[in-house]
Amino acid sequence: MTEPVLELAGISKAFGPVQANKNIALRVMPGTIHGIIGENGAGKSTLMSILYGFYKADSGTIRIRGKEVQISDSQAAIGAGIGMVFQHFKLVENFTVLENVVLGAEEGRLLRPSLARARSELKALAEEYGLNIDPDAVIEEIGVGMQQRVEILKALYRKAEILILDEPTGVLTPAEADQLFRILARLREEGKTVILITHKLREIMEITDTVSVMRRGEMTATVQTSDTSPEHLAELMVGRKVLLHVDKAPAAPGKPMLEVDGLNVIDSKGVERLKGVSLTVRAGEILGIAGVAGNGQSQLLEVLGGMRAGQGVVRIDGAEIDLTGRHSNGQTRRARGIAHVPEDRQREGLIMEFFAWENIAFGYHHNATYNRGALMDNAALQADTAEKMARFDVRPPNPWLTAKNFSGGNQQKIVVAREIEQNPKVLLVGQPTRGVDIGAIEFIHKQIVALRDQGAAILLVSVELDEIMSLSDRIAVMFDGRIMGERRPEETTAQELGLLMAGINGKAA
Amino acid sequence: MDKMPKWADVILIPLISLFLAALGAGLVLMATGQDPIAALGVMIEGGMGSSRAWGYTLYYATNFIFTGLAVAVAIHARLFNIGAEGQALLGGVGVAVACLQVPWPHWSLAVIGALVSAAVFGGLWALIPAWLQAKRGSHIVITTIMFNFIAAAVLNYLLVEVMKPAGVMEPATASFPTATHLPSFADMLGVVGIPFASDAPANFAFLLAVLACGLVWLLIWRTRLGYEIRAFGHSETGARYAGISGVKIIVVTMMISGALAGMMSVNNVMGEAERLVLNASEGAGFIGIAVALMGRNHPVGVFLAAVLFGFLYQGGAQLSFQLQIPREMVTVIQALVILFTGALDQMIRGPLERAFLAARKGRA
Repeated sequence: MTEPVLELAGISKAFGPVQANKNIALRVMPGTIHGIIGENGAGKSTLMSILYGFYKADSGTIRIRGKEVQISDSQAAIGAGIGMVFQHFKLVENFTVLENVVLGAEEGRLLRPSLARARSELKALAEEYGLNIDPDAVIEEIGVGMQQRVEILKALYRKAEILILDEPTGVLTPAEADQLFRILARLREEGKTVILITHKLREIMEITDTVSVMRRGEMTATVQTSDTSPEHLAELMVGRKVLLHVDKAPAAPGKPMLEVDGLNVIDSKGVERLKGVSLTVRAGEILGIAGVAGNGQSQLLEVLGGMRAGQGVVRIDGAEIDLTGRHSNGQTRRARGIAHVPEDRQREGLIMEFFAWENIAFGYHHNATYNRGALMDNAALQADTAEKMARFDVRPPNPWLTAKNFSGGNQQKIVVAREIEQNPKVLLVGQPTRGVDIGAIEFIHKQIVALRDQGAAILLVSVELDEIMSLSDRIAVMFDGRIMGERRPEETTAQELGLLMAGINGKAA
Repeated sequence: MDKMPKWADVILIPLISLFLAALGAGLVLMATGQDPIAALGVMIEGGMGSSRAWGYTLYYATNFIFTGLAVAVAIHARLFNIGAEGQALLGGVGVAVACLQVPWPHWSLAVIGALVSAAVFGGLWALIPAWLQAKRGSHIVITTIMFNFIAAAVLNYLLVEVMKPAGVMEPATASFPTATHLPSFADMLGVVGIPFASDAPANFAFLLAVLACGLVWLLIWRTRLGYEIRAFGHSETGARYAGISGVKIIVVTMMISGALAGMMSVNNVMGEAERLVLNASEGAGFIGIAVALMGRNHPVGVFLAAVLFGFLYQGGAQLSFQLQIPREMVTVIQALVILFTGALDQMIRGPLERAFLAARKGRA
């Protein structure tokens, strides 16, 4: 009974000089949900890629039900009973659910018999695990949560006994995540083994039986979930004590600094992205915008940041700004005191091929301090960068490294340092901690709160509900280009916000 | 961090590429029954062996520096300007207009006038494709290719119908007045007492090309405009975030590029032919693409690559002249150099990177 279904011993993997996995040992018991948690770059994904045959380990053994196996490719992994649900689904968008499930597992040259066989098997699987889904629905027409179910069904159809899920809740609403957890619990009841990779402590506490912590390529601890706490796990992940809740004094809101009135945006395909959005952010407060990705938050930030045109009225410190004209761009916005930490630091906030010192001026390269006559003052830029790197603890503190050579967290610190140090009246922040490790999250949150306390108005957009709840003074929920309602974080719950995010308004806003 | 030291990237790889190209060319020559060693001797003698040889090599190099810089500047904004040829032809019209219409008192003033006129003509010729790209999304590669043909046709029309002096059969302008003739290397070096072949075409424009290298370096790496051009070239979404206008960058960059290509005509039209003839640029616009590619879009690299191609041009001409190797074979040799230094760059880079990595591991 107590023989592990999966046992890893001494797994090591190096990419050049980087040791991604160091002597990893892991025992996963059958019929359990086993969480693997760690910061970005801790080696979780590498380990799972070894297990699924994408990489070959430099050394070490993999045993399944006590028998040593060689996993040379994903076919071998499937043969060994391992199924994988990736963070980014690997589905054919214009195929039906049934066709996607069969794809790659067709028997014989004719499709029809295997489809018929698959249909009956799919029905049986769906009943067994409570995975109800219409086999004839086309993938691009069903929601993300449903698509994830298709991925799970694909694995089960291939007789997977061990199911690995990589950051499965990143794209889901809280309600969809709850449904996923119910499905995982059902799988466990039926004797399947689930490995859940995540960086969200709440999920680990909620659903797993056992949790293993990875840090810098090593497996630092494996504990029973019931014996641990989020604080303890965070400490194991980062290697030091971490403040999980943002320490902030109550807001002291002043006069309205950012006023948005009836803002509409129609994108290039003619789709209405914002439908009459109105909101106000006062000096010295943080307004958090919650919502599932793709409900207009990005467009809101882009219009306010001068990256796209919009219709409506926007006032900064009482004065209206131009939303459509030739002079509506990022430069004029910055001149009006709007700083912008964009949602996608790699494609927007930074030029990845530029040195850190070139990036520190990005968007502010016309500022007099960075220029000397007709030329840019590179010496001043380099000195300024070194200073900001020290203040924002960017590692390594080398202005001559290109942006792509920094980790996600340090890239974000460069962007945040650049924007916050301009002492803006209004700070727009999109997904400030996406792909950022816990230590850096804590630091970035502190900086945002500090700017608030200096009297800036902050508009925060995040798909991480925890982040919205802990950082915001007020929360507005967006759904389908509209503000569904506003709540105070201390007076609301994740469940209530989750309903609003799904477009269901219980009580009047 | 980076897998290779920088010197290997900028010096070693081009040298290996060049060696492989020479090897390939040698094999081709052997296959046609020629002695590759003797051929190499003829090329070196003809391209670098005398002041006359250098006079030709640097004359061609001057053309290639201007067109190479033109292509390189555009590439920094991720615009592939294949139209340097046409822009150079129009630049020639600009030079002819300036030299023939204005009674210049001295060449030093004429060269400034001709330079500005060539830049304006070349720049405006590049403006049309740039505008179409920026406002209408017409792909710049397609439009600049097309504009080469249009430029050739426009030049043909102008020479036959407008600029040809009355009573002359040849489609060419009148010779430029003597006051516009640029000093040759023999004239300039003669002042300080260094002898130089007086029948070689290298002239004052070479110094302008060197100056252009410096100014382009300053533009790309030291000015706000250069910063914006590079930012736009790396990431259009990033540029939009920073409030850099894509339309402005495309239009301004292409006009600078076209102006540089146009300025080439100060060398070949004003400095050498001293009149405007059909097909004056002789394909230098296309060589500019290879020069920019090999020179890594950096002015120093462009300068070195341009001198190399100037040498290949001149040495190749001697090859067909002295060894009766057909002119086409010389083109094959040049093509091999382009192939190895440009297209097959990655072929050498991969193994070399692995070798450096292995060496580093061995030391660690």
